[in-house]
Amino acid sequence: MNAPAYNFAYLDEQTKRMIRRAILKAVAIPGYQVPFASREMPMPYGWGTGGVQVTAAILGPDDVLKVIDQGSDDTTNAISIRKFFAKTAGVATTTATTEATVIQTRHRIPEAPLHAGQVLVYQVPIPEPLRFLEPRETETRRMHALAEYGLMHVKLYEDIARFGHIATSYAYPVKVNARYVMDPSPTPKFDNPKMGNCPALQLFGAGREKRIYAIPPHTTVVSLDFEDHPFTPYRFDAPCALCGAGDAYLDEIVTDDNGSRMFVCSDTDYCESRQAAGHRGSESAAPHKERAHG
Amino acid sequence: MSVMIEMTGAEKTFTMHLQGGVRLPVVRGVTFQVKAGECVVLSGPSGAGKSSILKMIFGNYRCDGGRIGIRHEGAMIDLANAEPRDILSVRRATIGYVSQFLRAIPRVPTIDVVAEPLIVTGTSRADARQQAGHLLRRLNIPERLWALPPSTFSGGEQQRVNIARGFISDHPVLLLDEPTASLDAANREVVVDLIDEKKNAGVAIVAIVHDDEIRRWIADRVVDVTAFAAAA
Amino acid sequence: MADVQRETQCDQPLLVAEGLSKSYGRLAACRDVSFTLYPGEVLAIVGESGSGKTTLLQMLSAQLASSAGHVSYRMRDGVLRDLNSLGEAERRFLFRTDWGYVRQDPAQGLRMAFSAGANVGERLMAVGWSHYGRIRDAASSWLERVEIDTARIDDAPRTYSGGMRQRLQIARNLVTEPRLVFMDEPTGGLDVSVQARLLDLMRNLVSELGLAAIVVTHDLAVARLLSHRVMVMKGGEVIETGLTDQVLDDPHEPYTQLLVSSILPP
Repeated sequence: MNAPAYNFAYLDEQTKRMIRRAILKAVAIPGYQVPFASREMPMPYGWGTGGVQVTAAILGPDDVLKVIDQGSDDTTNAISIRKFFAKTAGVATTTATTEATVIQTRHRIPEAPLHAGQVLVYQVPIPEPLRFLEPRETETRRMHALAEYGLMHVKLYEDIARFGHIATSYAYPVKVNARYVMDPSPTPKFDNPKMGNCPALQLFGAGREKRIYAIPPHTTVVSLDFEDHPFTPYRFDAPCALCGAGDAYLDEIVTDDNGSRMFVCSDTDYCESRQAAGHRGSESAAPHKERAHG
Repeated sequence: MSVMIEMTGAEKTFTMHLQGGVRLPVVRGVTFQVKAGECVVLSGPSGAGKSSILKMIFGNYRCDGGRIGIRHEGAMIDLANAEPRDILSVRRATIGYVSQFLRAIPRVPTIDVVAEPLIVTGTSRADARQQAGHLLRRLNIPERLWALPPSTFSGGEQQRVNIARGFISDHPVLLLDEPTASLDAANREVVVDLIDEKKNAGVAIVAIVHDDEIRRWIADRVVDVTAFAAAA
Repeated sequence: MADVQRETQCDQPLLVAEGLSKSYGRLAACRDVSFTLYPGEVLAIVGESGSGKTTLLQMLSAQLASSAGHVSYRMRDGVLRDLNSLGEAERRFLFRTDWGYVRQDPAQGLRMAFSAGANVGERLMAVGWSHYGRIRDAASSWLERVEIDTARIDDAPRTYSGGMRQRLQIARNLVTEPRLVFMDEPTGGLDVSVQARLLDLMRNLVSELGLAAIVVTHDLAVARLLSHRVMVMKGGEVIETGLTDQVLDDPHEPYTQLLVSSILPP
């Protein structure tokens, strides 16, 4: 038996055309959720089918693909998806952010600044920022159409009333191009500033919910806040334990069963590049822990 | 002196649908005038329709025929055919009414019950309360009662509160239904004085009083309502 | 302090209903209702269940399309507009700012899972208020006005009693200083003493704020306490209308006489 031959990037050309039309519409209306006919993919919902469909629709033979999951190139998901496209499209793949032309990501924006010509494809679980405040789809569509976003501020008000500050730490809602309120996908709010005025094209795909939305390059993206409680990006207390970066988003890594942990860059490519360039961190955040070997 | 009230051929009949549509004619062909500064007393036996006529002038009872002319803001308006909105306007600015029994909104303190007519026409609450207190004092309602709702007062006290509320504004027309009925001699005198002051100020008054002495003191004219008895 | 502008506004009708009708197939839920409401006037619509009063209220507040007839509302710029001619965005905006709608069940008119402060502040945030401190202060002052302990501003209405929830609903509706408030059986289902307190509050607020209101109720005592005018409805039609004291003291129609005689005297 011969192995089945796949169309380039798995999807048939008609489907890609349909998705591209949706993408064009999304780019024309920044932040607006465009419905699309999401296809059955060889992975179940919740595993990035939206992102995979968008990537499949835009990939060309000369593209260089990078796939990250929570900032890392070497998690199971990232590896699976990268292999999927290597097999069905035969495109070159990379872990280096600066070398990629298409970057598919789950829940993080790379630390290295993006440049014109790159496309960042986000995997989105729930595209509707108002979903948990207003369960009716008919109502949320109207609210977007009429720009009635008071309810979004109600949620932020409630946070401040309860916690003293806006407690949303990821999927922090933003207003795109001064018109639509959008859910940036569950990226940490730390990443929000990167979305504004970005030279790269940002595309968002939600497979189960069947929506695509986009932020064209150099579009204003403002995180929602109050005048007297302005949006402040998260600041970490200490730099990365491996490379010493003070401006990157850090993951907590538990190092043994005694509760020791260290904080290292979530963006593995960024961390490795810095280490390769000679930057070093303290290797451990816990003062009383013995130095780790290796 | 200008005519303030002019009733022409007014009539009223009650139809009691719950009692098989029994018709109760009350009055017919009611015709009389009241001029500014004049006090007309309606006389007649109980049930002759005196209170009904007062209520018709106030717009509380609707009129089945005829005309009830009231001078309101310089012009005569026919209350029998007026829009509800206009009747409200007349009550606010022109006609005051002291009913036979006090009907106050529950839970409102006496001082506010009395001050209400002034506040509605624009007086500040503080000024209105001050004037209310002044009147209440004259009518011998002690200050310790002013913060209480009048529902627990005696009949005489309630009637005095009612009078205070009716007399506090400067409406050019006043309707009084048995204003001295439950009062002792001292308070009756106070009310007679109040009525005199109103007359001197040019207010047209229509009153119902059973007491002959009071009638002699206040009436400029007496109108016998048996003349308007409707045929049964 | 009746200022000149308010006087002129008072001369012009605020809401005009002409020949409003609603039928469901052959069933006429509401037939040919017409009236004019002026600023600061309170109109009670009285009738028993099935009289068509709630249908009428829904048509007046543009929540239900009429089968025939028009409703016109004078906007803040003084222009009388047919509600059907308003775009959806305009109608929704009107509903959130210039109008209030108090429902019988406060749980339907509140966001039960959000704090009282958020409930009251929502309309403000919807019209663009973006300063947390000021929103909170406005919410707090309104809670005070409806006699809710301001210490409970962060509690959700789930923790409130029925009377408190209803007062919160009122605050939520009045925060944008609407000129017209629709109320559907606002005291229904509440204890008698709670009802009394609520009616007092409503009466004071209506007169302080110069609100016009349309109150649907089956309770004549509520009508007597709150309204200047009353319309009695039966079988979808208005069978009697006039000043409240007129209709209640001198009822003409058989049905009205029946209603009035059914009230227990105090």
